[in-house]
Amino acid sequence: MSIAASARNRFDNGQDAAGASGYRDAPPRMGFFTDTSVCIGCKACEVACKEWNRVPEDGLDFTGMSYDNTVGLSADTWRHVAFIEQRKPLAAQVTGRDGPAERPVTVEDAAEGLRWLMSSDVCKHCTEAACLDVCPTGSLFRTEFGTVVVQEDICNGCGYCVPACPFGVIDQRHGDGRVWKCTLCYDRLGVGAEPACAKSCPTDSIQFGPLDELRQRADRRLAQLHSRGVADARLYGRDPADGIGGAGAFFLLLDEPEVYGLPPDPVVTTRDLPSMWKLVAVAASSVLLAVGTAFAGAGRHQGGAR
Amino acid sequence: MPNVDATTTNGTSRARPLDEVMTGANGPGAPPLRVEGGRRGGKRSGEPTPRSYYDLPVLNKPVWGAPDIPGYLFLGGLAGAGAVVSAAAQLTGRRELARSTKVVNAGAIGLSLFALVHDLGRRGRFLNMLRVFKVTSPMSVGSWLLAGFAPAVAGAAISELTGRVKPIGAMATAGAAALGPAVATYTAALISDTAVPAWHDGHTVMPFVFASSAVTSAAGLGLALAPVAESGPLKPLGALAGLAELGLTKAMEKKTGLAETTYHEGRAGMLMGASELLLVCGAALTATSGRSRTRRAAGGMAVFTGSLLTRFGIFEAGNASTQRPEYTVEPQRRRVKDRSNGREDGRG
Repeated sequence: MSIAASARNRFDNGQDAAGASGYRDAPPRMGFFTDTSVCIGCKACEVACKEWNRVPEDGLDFTGMSYDNTVGLSADTWRHVAFIEQRKPLAAQVTGRDGPAERPVTVEDAAEGLRWLMSSDVCKHCTEAACLDVCPTGSLFRTEFGTVVVQEDICNGCGYCVPACPFGVIDQRHGDGRVWKCTLCYDRLGVGAEPACAKSCPTDSIQFGPLDELRQRADRRLAQLHSRGVADARLYGRDPADGIGGAGAFFLLLDEPEVYGLPPDPVVTTRDLPSMWKLVAVAASSVLLAVGTAFAGAGRHQGGAR
Repeated sequence: MPNVDATTTNGTSRARPLDEVMTGANGPGAPPLRVEGGRRGGKRSGEPTPRSYYDLPVLNKPVWGAPDIPGYLFLGGLAGAGAVVSAAAQLTGRRELARSTKVVNAGAIGLSLFALVHDLGRRGRFLNMLRVFKVTSPMSVGSWLLAGFAPAVAGAAISELTGRVKPIGAMATAGAAALGPAVATYTAALISDTAVPAWHDGHTVMPFVFASSAVTSAAGLGLALAPVAESGPLKPLGALAGLAELGLTKAMEKKTGLAETTYHEGRAGMLMGASELLLVCGAALTATSGRSRTRRAAGGMAVFTGSLLTRFGIFEAGNASTQRPEYTVEPQRRRVKDRSNGREDGRG
């Protein structure tokens, strides 16, 4: 039992994200499982996302950060492929999803110990979503698929969700004023299609489906990798007992989360909000008390005399 | 044979073995170039390497602008605590003080509303703030608080200035005093209810920082505006609230752990330092002002300005703390480590 799980409170959405938001007979919760061990860094997901969602161009920069020129998730980058070059053996990058490789890849194969990690990052569609909790207009909402989506016709650009997100995902679009992020292709889900990024992924590194099924698939894949000696492999955002109640979009990583720019143990800020409200009430009372005491101590004003 | 660049010639010696070719991998190699105009901050030279993706921040920087938002944090506090001072002054027969503070409160809340709408990405949609009520969003709670508080403060001021509808004016004054403390302190929950290390991690003390800062500013301005005969109660109030603000701010900074340094560096450091000086000097000046109007006004304005700078300093520190990945990553890593250690202990 984790600390996080025991810290649950009435602000918690629970695992039935859509049901907790008032949907009756909601379809199963849908999500992404991004298996970075088979990502080849082709960026088809980035392109497909931009095209389908008509996300505007946001600068064509050369960053010098390996093959990464989009830097990170932003209002105008909803899928971001990270490229990490490391001096570690490549053995972790055995692919062969449909069976064991012909022979195990050895350290000698690994270009003298250089490995290249690639990972397609995306909005986590948290079970306990800080952006959704703090949105004052109701622009951010929980869909029937359990995903978190911004309604661009409601958003007034207050910007509260931006610092609330523990992953640095949602952001304000320059020249537009509103906030934008991955919608898990809400428009495509509605007609039974899969999101553009998953559809375009040539290696099935991005897998889309009912979250329960994806979690089982991820557990199998993790066991498979561990049995092949890839001890670094781990799931990120898979655990419903974590600080965000589990992610709707979770990952299989080959190194520590922070290496990919992901926070190692994010906790939704609103878990502390009930105690904050209590302390605000105490602090507000202290304002009354302080001013009241000062004036009561001084007594009634006697026309000029003190 | 013409001079050919060794790296482009097929198999030309192993002068630069593959593992020495410049890469982004850990170890020797040129640091990555920065995006022109950097969408995000980069690594600063000479600091220990934080572990994150190319040393980029994990969090997005708040998009709230200055002076709009820190200005609102201050003005909301000023008007919130000021509304209590107005009511107390009225109840105890301090007419001049009640009158001047009511006008100040209305002006402060008017400016606040302007600043809040001005900071929106879509200003025409400001009324969407009252589209829903959500207790999980301090901004939603605050919007509804302001929707009640602003008309009350305005009504109190108008009634005071025109001398008309006195019963309504009295009710407005009382209503404003009831809502004022909440208006002055909810903003602490507003900024703490984020992933920003320098704000969130101070969340247990932040409401008291804001409460004391609000009282400091309202008392300070009252000291400057009211005649000596009426500002007596504000003397101890302004001095003590100023000192409380100082102490509580220090305590809040301590709570933020690693991110505490953001309160001592750069622009935030300058603001917090100036605030400290003004609060100490202002409190001393106020406490020793005797019955001198000038000294009271000087002391009052000093703590008032100190309170203003505290809010701006806290705002800047929060922004800065989002730009350093280690403030986000390190405490979380420690948490994960402690948890796994605990688990091992549990098994053993």
